[in-house]
Amino acid sequence: MDSFLSAIVSVLFYGVAYGMVLYVISVGLSITMGMMGIANLAHGVFAMCGGYVLVTALAKYQIPFPAALALSFILVALLSVVLDRLLYKHIYAAPELEQVLFSIALIFIAIAIARIAYGTLQQPVMLPEYLKDQFTFLGRDFPTYRVFIILFSSVLIAALWFGIENTKWGAMVRATVDNHAMAQSIGINTKLLFSVTFALGGGLAGMGGALGAEIIAIQPTYPFEQLVFFLIVVSVGGLGSLKGPFLAALLIGVLDTACKYWIPEVGAFFIYVVTIGILLWRPMGLMGKRA
Amino acid sequence: MNKLIGFQSNSRLRMAEFLPWILALLVFFVLPDYLSLGAQILTYILFALSLDLITGYAGVVTLGHAAFFGVGAYTCGILSAKLGITDPVVLLLCSAVVCALLGFGTGLIVLRTQKLTQLMLTLAIAALCYEIANKATPITGGADGLTGVVIGPVLGLFKFDFLNKTAYLWCLAILFVFWYVIRRLIYSPFGITLTGIKENKQRMQAIGVPVNGYLLKAYTFAAVVAGVAGALITQTNQFVGLNVIGFEPSGEILVMLILGGVGRIYGAFVGPLVYLVAQDYLAKQFPEYWNLGIGMMLLIVVLFAKGGVLGIVDKLKLYWRGKE
Repeated sequence: MDSFLSAIVSVLFYGVAYGMVLYVISVGLSITMGMMGIANLAHGVFAMCGGYVLVTALAKYQIPFPAALALSFILVALLSVVLDRLLYKHIYAAPELEQVLFSIALIFIAIAIARIAYGTLQQPVMLPEYLKDQFTFLGRDFPTYRVFIILFSSVLIAALWFGIENTKWGAMVRATVDNHAMAQSIGINTKLLFSVTFALGGGLAGMGGALGAEIIAIQPTYPFEQLVFFLIVVSVGGLGSLKGPFLAALLIGVLDTACKYWIPEVGAFFIYVVTIGILLWRPMGLMGKRA
Repeated sequence: MNKLIGFQSNSRLRMAEFLPWILALLVFFVLPDYLSLGAQILTYILFALSLDLITGYAGVVTLGHAAFFGVGAYTCGILSAKLGITDPVVLLLCSAVVCALLGFGTGLIVLRTQKLTQLMLTLAIAALCYEIANKATPITGGADGLTGVVIGPVLGLFKFDFLNKTAYLWCLAILFVFWYVIRRLIYSPFGITLTGIKENKQRMQAIGVPVNGYLLKAYTFAAVVAGVAGALITQTNQFVGLNVIGFEPSGEILVMLILGGVGRIYGAFVGPLVYLVAQDYLAKQFPEYWNLGIGMMLLIVVLFAKGGVLGIVDKLKLYWRGKE
């Protein structure tokens, strides 16, 4: 019984850590897709870039971990501004098929660049000593780094939710998600707002990719392999919603960990079954505003 | 790209439409070393045609069309390797039936939804099929692929040879049959209705068209065609690998179709031809640059050259005529 209990505790623990990473990566996608309705499949590219920034900063330039993490946010946010101004702006109003193909093109290019720069091997993460230990709590050992992931993401998520619920920027974002045309007509500069939000979402994805570099291996095919999971989080959670994807990310994180722990032979089978089931039950996602 | 092809143009066969078939036969006699690649291209053309029907004409964007291609390929492979059914015609029919059922079943689910949810459902179904193929090792061979596929002679007469002569002609014949059917379909009232649904779903519904019924029929038929293409690839290679199923081949076929030109029959011919020939030359020598090149090309097509290769040809033709 006790071994079963401790299995449950560790599945929950690892699952929540994984879910937190998934949420930090995907939340920007949910908001930007909710605002502009672009089918952006290339969101994983930002997460991968964040991961590469972190491992490079740690291994090559010996930058301290907190600074490297911050750097992954800043650089990827800048990258997403550039991509938004250069490329994404052309496809805001394009039909769905073109948006899908455009983002597949970005994925292809990102994979190629990652492969040319880093090779095909997955990148090791040089964590600092103080994050490598075990953390003892209630007579159980937890890896310190996962504890750090959960705590840090919680703070980040709390700040984000506070920002969306209580600031003027947040109110404008919510208004634009609810009704784009109306928000524009009462004088909100939706283009600028979108660019800022897109950069923030990209930056968060970069940071999420960096945070989770030890959980989701950083390698060139990352954007393709993880795409399904990011999209599941957004579509199951509901487009444009903040809390829905959080629920979905935790659900997927725990479910995936549980499946890997108890029934590794079925792989991700149940994740897809649950996804299809939820989307049939609620086509707009758990808390979605629109499909 | 949004031309209402079925509605506006003359549906009679034009001279240029014989060109692909003449070329295909020429390849058979002139380039006997390339028949393996040729058979591959012919099956992908069939696969692209089926995607064109559902995405280009009916306007349903799917990220999971390779679910049908893969299930067709695996059905053919498993029936041959595990149950000893070797007749190629029977195997094609079996794949078609299985994919018809799968297409009907998933169509019921997928077509109820729209936009992101629809994309996600198609993707999740393809991923589910991939996961089954990957994990059900005793039946599918898992990551190592399914070996031991034996294909008997076509109609009891033509054996599959190691030069792929039979495979090439067999693929060509099947492609020809489906090209004819799909061409008829597109110019028929059914095809025009599909184009109407793509252009404006609400309006079609308002004038009394049972939109979902039409889409479901088209989706099921596209699944059948994709399944037959999958079965053909199994018969050509006498092997099934994981690369025929899941998201990546779904994305790839979408890329091929868009390169050729979406929403026009011959886009599905040009796209796989250009893509696979380029891949054959470049991908082995420079895998990184192949991805980069295909990404750039796709970006250019989406941003500047909507309509793909054939769209460019059309523009050149217009420009030429304008000059004279």
